[in-house]
Amino acid sequence: MTLRAGPVVVQVERRTAAVSSGLVAVAAVLALVALCYGQAWASPTEVFTALFSGDESGFVIREWRLPRVTAALVFGASLGLAGAIFQNLTRNALGSPDVIGLDAGAYTGALVAITMLNGTAGQLAAGSVTGGLLAAAVIYLLSLNSGLSGLRLVVIGIAVNAMLTALNSWIVLRAEIDVALAATGWNAGSLNGIDWAEARLPFAIVALLVLLLVVLSNEMHQAALGDEVARTTGVRLGRLRLLMVLAGVGCTATVTAVAGPVVFIALAAPQIGRRLARAAGVPLVPAALTGAVLLLAADLVAQLLLAPVALPVGVVTTAIGGCYLIWLLGMEVKRSG
Amino acid sequence: MGSRLTAEDVTLGYGERMVSTRVSLAVPDGAFTAIVGPNACGKSTLLKAFVRLLTPSSGTVRLDGRDVSGHRPKMFARQVGFLPQGLIAPENIVVRRLVARGRYPHQSLLAAGSAADEEAVRSAMAVAGVTDLAERPVEELSGGQRQRVWIAMVLAQETPYLLLDEPTTFLDITHQYDLLALFARLRDEGRTIVAVLHDINQACRFADHIVAMKGGRVVAQGAPADVVDAALMQEVFGLPSIVMANPVTGTPMVVPTV
Repeated sequence: MTLRAGPVVVQVERRTAAVSSGLVAVAAVLALVALCYGQAWASPTEVFTALFSGDESGFVIREWRLPRVTAALVFGASLGLAGAIFQNLTRNALGSPDVIGLDAGAYTGALVAITMLNGTAGQLAAGSVTGGLLAAAVIYLLSLNSGLSGLRLVVIGIAVNAMLTALNSWIVLRAEIDVALAATGWNAGSLNGIDWAEARLPFAIVALLVLLLVVLSNEMHQAALGDEVARTTGVRLGRLRLLMVLAGVGCTATVTAVAGPVVFIALAAPQIGRRLARAAGVPLVPAALTGAVLLLAADLVAQLLLAPVALPVGVVTTAIGGCYLIWLLGMEVKRSG
Repeated sequence: MGSRLTAEDVTLGYGERMVSTRVSLAVPDGAFTAIVGPNACGKSTLLKAFVRLLTPSSGTVRLDGRDVSGHRPKMFARQVGFLPQGLIAPENIVVRRLVARGRYPHQSLLAAGSAADEEAVRSAMAVAGVTDLAERPVEELSGGQRQRVWIAMVLAQETPYLLLDEPTTFLDITHQYDLLALFARLRDEGRTIVAVLHDINQACRFADHIVAMKGGRVVAQGAPADVVDAALMQEVFGLPSIVMANPVTGTPMVVPTV
């Protein structure tokens, strides 16, 4: 199937297009349910009135629920993209930023920003990105001998993740009590109480990263043919990989800076999307859409499970993700053993 | 015969390990060149230097007189196509899609799939004989079919130069001859072919120019009838043999006497 928009021509697999439309529909339904849910359920009519009229009665839906739903969709998509990028780079279903310690690294950077600096939104974002990039650099250096792909990088990443998690606990333990309390709640990964003011900067960053990925998408497809073919057909592999790492860390660190480490989405969404679309490699669009659906669904469960107490969404994703990770590790060890 | 693609005094290796020292080779334009020699003699390494996968530690590889590393990647990829060994297609990709990837160097940032691209893909599939497989997933194909699909991908690149690293390895004898005949046809259409081949008799039968390598050096080169004889077989492969005329083509035919 060929889509044309002026000079831009994009080839899309029919199945990928169908799956993507389906995921968008599911996301829309979930979003409507999430907008209806609150201390008192609103009817869909009330939601639409609130969204499009702008009168006083719709304030809660517009200013409290909508930013949360939008954040779940945008951050879920961002995590799905980050996972797809790193799974493409490492050519391994386990090579996802939350498993190999990039989330933990971003969280370390954010903790440093709160405990040692003032913890403004800009500092948090910068701290997270720096922490994520440093973690990526450490993993890269440690696995240099065995190459960027393969199970060994993943094992090194899991070790780095464990060390960073310990470091994060230590920072929290040493911090002032109020900072520590804030950091602990945040550690679980939560969308509780997010508002437009808080979401503006991360949304803008994610939009820029998506733009970068659109520009890189053709090159990334080509790189999936293997290093030699990619290079001899004109791909600048070194530059491409660096940009992919930057985009991937950016996607995961932006979410971590606002919501804390939300695990499992980056790990599972690309694989679910790939299986649904039956596409070559780990395609980005199904990964992003699946991520958006997963995070929104997880956030709904987190709010409903022990209502009226809203759990951090990270608790739900961790619980499901743990089971998935065990299954995936089993498959991986069987494959390489 | 001119040569746009040349290696001058190149020294090649991986890290500390040197594979070839001071090799020079001018690839004859419009001819089918076969590089032969024992395992680990530096054949593939030399090919990789020609396609910029390996940067010589000294010496220069040039295209049109200019160092290949100075060419822009996509511009170079429109001139020189390369088929490495041991390729693995991405999962779930169908033949037509894989062949279309050969058009990458001709495409700009966002525009994929111009009319010229479609025509090149169609023609490449026809030449390589994979048109009937167009919608089949590559992983379902046999080894011989798969190799023809990869060749179609390189053909879709529409390069005057085609460099192939052991393209016939792991194929049965029928597919080997099919492929070699295809390369000879492409040569007749004006392309320059360079292939690393293992079978010296096939090299003599199809190539115009033989380059015999041993221990990282070029030992002999020229038309098969001029260079391939018992002395060369002894020197390059350490294999006592007699060389007679191929009863079908008259080209040299090596029969080992061990």
